[in-house]
Amino acid sequence: MKKSVNTKTGRAGAFIKKEFWHVWRDTRSLIILIGMPVMMMLLFGFALSNEVKNSNIAILDQANDESTHVLIDRFEQSRYFSIAKMITKESEIEEVFKKNEVRMVMVFPPNFQAKLRHEKAVQVRLIGDATDPNTSNIMLNYASAIIRDYQNEILATSQAPYRIILETSMLYNPKLSSTFNFVPGVMTLILMLLGAMMTSVSIVKEKERGTMEILLVSPMRPLMVVITKAFPYLLLCFVDVLLILGLAYTVLEMPIRGNIVLLLLESLLFIFTTLALGLLISTIVDKQQTAMFISLVGLMMPALIFSGFMFPLENMPLPLQIISNIVPTKWFYSIISTIMVKGLGIKYVWKETMILLLMTLGFLGMALKKFKIRLE
Amino acid sequence: MRNLIIILKKEFKLIFRNKTILRMMFIMPIMQLILIPMAADYEVKHLKLAIIDQDHSTYSRRLIDKMTASGYFSLEFYQNNYQEALEAVGNNRADIVLSIPNNFEKKLIKEGEATLALAANAVSNTKAGLGSSYATQIVMDFSNDIRSEWILQPKANEIPQISISTANWYNPHIDYHLFMVPGILGILVTMVGSFLASLNIVSEKEIGTIEQINVTPIKKYEFILGKLIPFWVLGMVTTTIGLLVAFIIFRITPSGAYTTIYIFTAVFLLSVLGIGLLISTFTDSQQQATLFAFFFMMVFVLLSGLYTPIESMPEWAKVIAHLNPPMYFVKVIRAIFIKGSTFSDLLQDFWSIVAFAIFFNTWAILNYRKRSA
Repeated sequence: MKKSVNTKTGRAGAFIKKEFWHVWRDTRSLIILIGMPVMMMLLFGFALSNEVKNSNIAILDQANDESTHVLIDRFEQSRYFSIAKMITKESEIEEVFKKNEVRMVMVFPPNFQAKLRHEKAVQVRLIGDATDPNTSNIMLNYASAIIRDYQNEILATSQAPYRIILETSMLYNPKLSSTFNFVPGVMTLILMLLGAMMTSVSIVKEKERGTMEILLVSPMRPLMVVITKAFPYLLLCFVDVLLILGLAYTVLEMPIRGNIVLLLLESLLFIFTTLALGLLISTIVDKQQTAMFISLVGLMMPALIFSGFMFPLENMPLPLQIISNIVPTKWFYSIISTIMVKGLGIKYVWKETMILLLMTLGFLGMALKKFKIRLE
Repeated sequence: MRNLIIILKKEFKLIFRNKTILRMMFIMPIMQLILIPMAADYEVKHLKLAIIDQDHSTYSRRLIDKMTASGYFSLEFYQNNYQEALEAVGNNRADIVLSIPNNFEKKLIKEGEATLALAANAVSNTKAGLGSSYATQIVMDFSNDIRSEWILQPKANEIPQISISTANWYNPHIDYHLFMVPGILGILVTMVGSFLASLNIVSEKEIGTIEQINVTPIKKYEFILGKLIPFWVLGMVTTTIGLLVAFIIFRITPSGAYTTIYIFTAVFLLSVLGIGLLISTFTDSQQQATLFAFFFMMVFVLLSGLYTPIESMPEWAKVIAHLNPPMYFVKVIRAIFIKGSTFSDLLQDFWSIVAFAIFFNTWAILNYRKRSA
């Protein structure tokens, strides 16, 4: 043992070992670092969707006749709606909305069936609670479709002439699953958290506690001291990437269409980007809380907002779209989804790869320039 | 009581001395409140449309005009080659490809039926879903137009018609800011309470000053109150800043009463502070506390109904969501802001939040041992 510590590589090995012990010893954090991607994948994969299912509705049936009963039955059977309440007065509509009891109210006018048969025209009112505008719109559309289907049935107009049949196909993602969207998103977020935030905090922690001075007087070159600190996180990042891809492939049944080697290489590149960012942060701050603050506000938040996985990028106002270009996450997200989902090769992502590479080198350069051998 | 006042003085002094925490209190809420609602525009518009027109007829041109005039699509590509259109989708230069086959017009008139093919880039499932349903709607309208041109409206009065009138209450103009701003405000209060409070207590553990407090005659509950009250005050300040930002930047004012918002915030802050306190009893370094807080924040935010509706979740996730205090708060604050719900409308949610406050604080106090460092 003693012999190896005296050689240069042996020294680095000893340092890396020490860093691994630091991370390994803290079992609770380790569980979270591994558990976080699992939790996010399961939540995104199984719990979260923009789909409308079993949404509560209320019905104000002023007719109470055969036709309205048939229609209400249709709504009852639809998987989109569940009838939570039958109301009897117009004034109750406001009340059920304000109490958050239902998201939509359907109003049948008095004498619905008679009007439909004799006057040939009757109106159904659909009122959505647009507090959540998306859901409200989707519900109104579904409800309209159910009513129209009913009308078509009593008319049998489906054979009307001049019909255009629209054959729709969904490219890359025939089942319209949201998996394709969030897997690259979860990856970028986890790598930002681990690579940038955790690494910078763990370096700054040594500064704050004063143990950095002890490390700096060791025969290791100061730069190596810092780089060895990033090592365990590099490994953890890679483990998490494999974990996410594995879960996506097995549990969420998401095919990985592109070249897996290319995918892993690009992930590795992004891991280096985040580590470089972490190093950069650790060279400019000297309090853990500041490092966290910068990582949260400067990295995690932009990673969430500008990667295009939570919010559609093309809808953003122009200034935000311009800002999004300097966020590395955006480029990584685009690389990953092109390779994984579209199954395309390096030809389609070389531009993004170059940008990431340049950013990484830039961050590293800045970190090296700022790096001080001595502590004040 | 005298002890408590002394501790409070110390805590406030420490908070005002720590510029990072102060900045976190002010910059983070303002940035989040401004950026996220601006970014969160889910309206699907200006989808990039590629058209492969092999018919080149009056009808095909009319259909294309109708598509672009709808405002949902902007025509990016117009060519004959299907392969090139697919290439465009691969490069993200097109979202939707509509191909109009040869003899489209002839078939429609002669045979009474014609086929169109639509392909959507479904990498983004919402965009593809909405885009194709818009396109379907437009094509249906178009076929209705053609039909009414050829059939001279003979018996329109004899077909029973159910007309549907739809209304979007409370937010008729589909303003996403109105939807997101109150929701984000709810999440901010959660962050301040759980994250900052736990960080603060753990930093005393890490530095070792907690042992100094432990040897003083200060009682357990006094220490905990001394930590809770300052962050409770800060949380209220953050809320006020948030309300100001909502008004100044987005011109959004609650349609309900400010007092209702503050009452709910006051109680909700107690429950998230309880969570923060609990996290701090389980961790011993700031790094650990951040990780824990971040993990729970993620679960809180994702299961709060902020982005996706709770109803569409499977049963197990619904159960977790109902054990998630921010879920109630986000729901409540949106209802007050947008619908003008009153306190009595939301009484049930109020008791749920109170129950959480009691539960988490009791657990945290029981778990906090004065002697262990």
